[in-house]
Amino acid sequence: MTAVQTQARTSNVQQQKRRRGLSDRAIINLFIWPTLLLLILWNAFPLFYSLFLSFTEYSAIARKEPVWVGLANYQDILTDPQMWKYFATTGRYALVTVGMQTLLGFGLALLVREKFKGSGLITTLILIPMMLSPVVVGLFWKLIYNPAFGFFNYLIMQTTPGKAPDMLAGTIARTPVPNLALWAVALVDIWMWTPFVMLLALSGLKAIPDYLYEAAVIDRASSWFQFRRITLPQVAPLLMIAVLFRTIEAFKGFDLVMGMTGGGPGDQTELIAVNLYRQAFQGQFRTGHASALAYIILIIIIAISNLYIRYLNGLREEG
Amino acid sequence: MAQIELKQVEKLFGEKYAVKPMDLTINNGEFVCLLGPSGCGKTTTLRMISGLETASGGTILLDGENVTWHHPSDRDIAFVFQLYALYPHMTVRDNIAFPLQAEGMNKDDIDTRVSEVVDILRIGHMLKYKPGKLSGGDQQRVALARALVRRPKAFLMDEPLGALDAELRETMRAEIKALHIAQNATTVYVTHDQVEAMALSDRIVVMSAAEVQQVGTPAEVYYDPANLFVAGFIGSPGMNVLKGQLDGDVVRFLGNNNTLPLPARYRIPLLTTLDADKNVIVGFRPEAGTINADGSMQGEVYAVDMHGAYKLLHVNLGDVPDTHEPTIVHLRTDRMASNPMGSQLRFTVDPAMMRFFDPKSGKAILPSQTDQTDRQPVEVLSTTAEGQA
Repeated sequence: MTAVQTQARTSNVQQQKRRRGLSDRAIINLFIWPTLLLLILWNAFPLFYSLFLSFTEYSAIARKEPVWVGLANYQDILTDPQMWKYFATTGRYALVTVGMQTLLGFGLALLVREKFKGSGLITTLILIPMMLSPVVVGLFWKLIYNPAFGFFNYLIMQTTPGKAPDMLAGTIARTPVPNLALWAVALVDIWMWTPFVMLLALSGLKAIPDYLYEAAVIDRASSWFQFRRITLPQVAPLLMIAVLFRTIEAFKGFDLVMGMTGGGPGDQTELIAVNLYRQAFQGQFRTGHASALAYIILIIIIAISNLYIRYLNGLREEG
Repeated sequence: MAQIELKQVEKLFGEKYAVKPMDLTINNGEFVCLLGPSGCGKTTTLRMISGLETASGGTILLDGENVTWHHPSDRDIAFVFQLYALYPHMTVRDNIAFPLQAEGMNKDDIDTRVSEVVDILRIGHMLKYKPGKLSGGDQQRVALARALVRRPKAFLMDEPLGALDAELRETMRAEIKALHIAQNATTVYVTHDQVEAMALSDRIVVMSAAEVQQVGTPAEVYYDPANLFVAGFIGSPGMNVLKGQLDGDVVRFLGNNNTLPLPARYRIPLLTTLDADKNVIVGFRPEAGTINADGSMQGEVYAVDMHGAYKLLHVNLGDVPDTHEPTIVHLRTDRMASNPMGSQLRFTVDPAMMRFFDPKSGKAILPSQTDQTDRQPVEVLSTTAEGQA
């Protein structure tokens, strides 16, 4: 490049700078900071403020400053047998819902995997429960479970007044059955979210190339052997993602319960998230205590997620 | 090992023939290539033999047993896919062991069999890797090992070298050939690469437009193509074909003053086959022409390709009167010969290498069997063919 050209280029750059007024860096900052501010205000600040509150005695409706109490809230929660019962209920609920959703979802995915007449329509129909609002689902399942006129009892052919089960009250023939109401709520959760597992499993299944099955047929593998050695390992990563999402959601389970039982009868369907809501926003507004509980739930969810993610990473490294 | 027989086997996709009814017998231990341009039905034929595709009609016999309606897994045939089709989530060892595990063979036997084929293909060092970590050539070796480990009745290979680069292809081609010689396994091999087909096969099945064009040894399809398609498809470039007219003892070519003497053994067959207009198509390979100042053929050098060991001349015999397109023939000359573009030359054609085709059907007209005086024995030619391929 000659000296004249160099000069011309430099002056050109300077001209451009003057015209634009703002440097690249200034523009970058202009784009990033509003978003960052929003994130700090709406996410980071509540996160850390609630962490602080979890170490204090504080109620959002009492006109008193938070009082530092150290680990007392955590100690309270972890030594309270009632809380352990809620955790156990939540664990049972998560195990049953996620387990059934995985089994049924994967089974449905296997069924609609092959193209047949109307398979697209059927797949869409199966997906509908997932698209509904959980509160609406809760409300109309409350009607479905109604012991007097509900469709559920009609389906299981138990409609004799006085003898029919009242699922949400947890009784059959007016006699309490342990955990019946919990399983009733779990059934709705399974109904609603099985399609989600099916969707992910289906996309996993469709991604398996046909030639693997052709090779397996040539290798004289039976259908069961093909399923065990090809289908299952190939679909496992996506299935695990579905399980991870559903597990997290189960530990946050709140909306369906509130729509149907509100935690009852007694505390049979009192999931941990329902109890958290009760502590934070009902009665005494025990904000400090509730914050501590929220952090315990957060730690549990992170721990479970970590297990899954490690498993997933393991799969990826191998693959 | 096995004999494979196809009897009037056909495949229809809707109304359209993917494979028109074909007969073919592949003998025990034979290496047969299905060769043809893409879409000619060669892969469909192979897949019908394997059972991955069902035949629309006809019978497939495996060692005399009718397997037309057998499931692929009941045919005891191994298939090597173009894109390897290895199981991506399994190690190389598990990939190779898969067919044996599927049979429910016990662990010790599996170990012995796997280490056997691993030694043959020299892939022992990669057993614990996943296929994704291997090069294309190594993946295909693993696929071959998976096919070998079962000791199947026959091997079917669908363009197994198609996805490899040129250099690796040559290496793998030699490996497959060595493997075939060592195992002496009946093999059906699909390819669109005639060099591959020439190099590997005992016999080549040339296919085009869903139809078998010719079945023969590499030398036969090269020197005695059954029709104009095979003449043009085999060899690079293909056989020179010129439209001419029979005139007594010579063939006169259209649009120029060139003639070629008619070999005696073709005289009677041509006279009995051709129409009254005496139109005929003459074919000869580029190496059949020799530059000779006294030659009966004359033309202008149109282009010269240097191929290293030899030169290929494109010679224009004269423009076609109606279309003004040049009539090009290819001649092979010595690499030192100098024939600049635009220069005129004369050449002769070895009468033993001249072939004749019926312009209406495109089929080859065979010489009379009684007079073989100016015909070279095929055996000698076959060595030449391999040298060229």
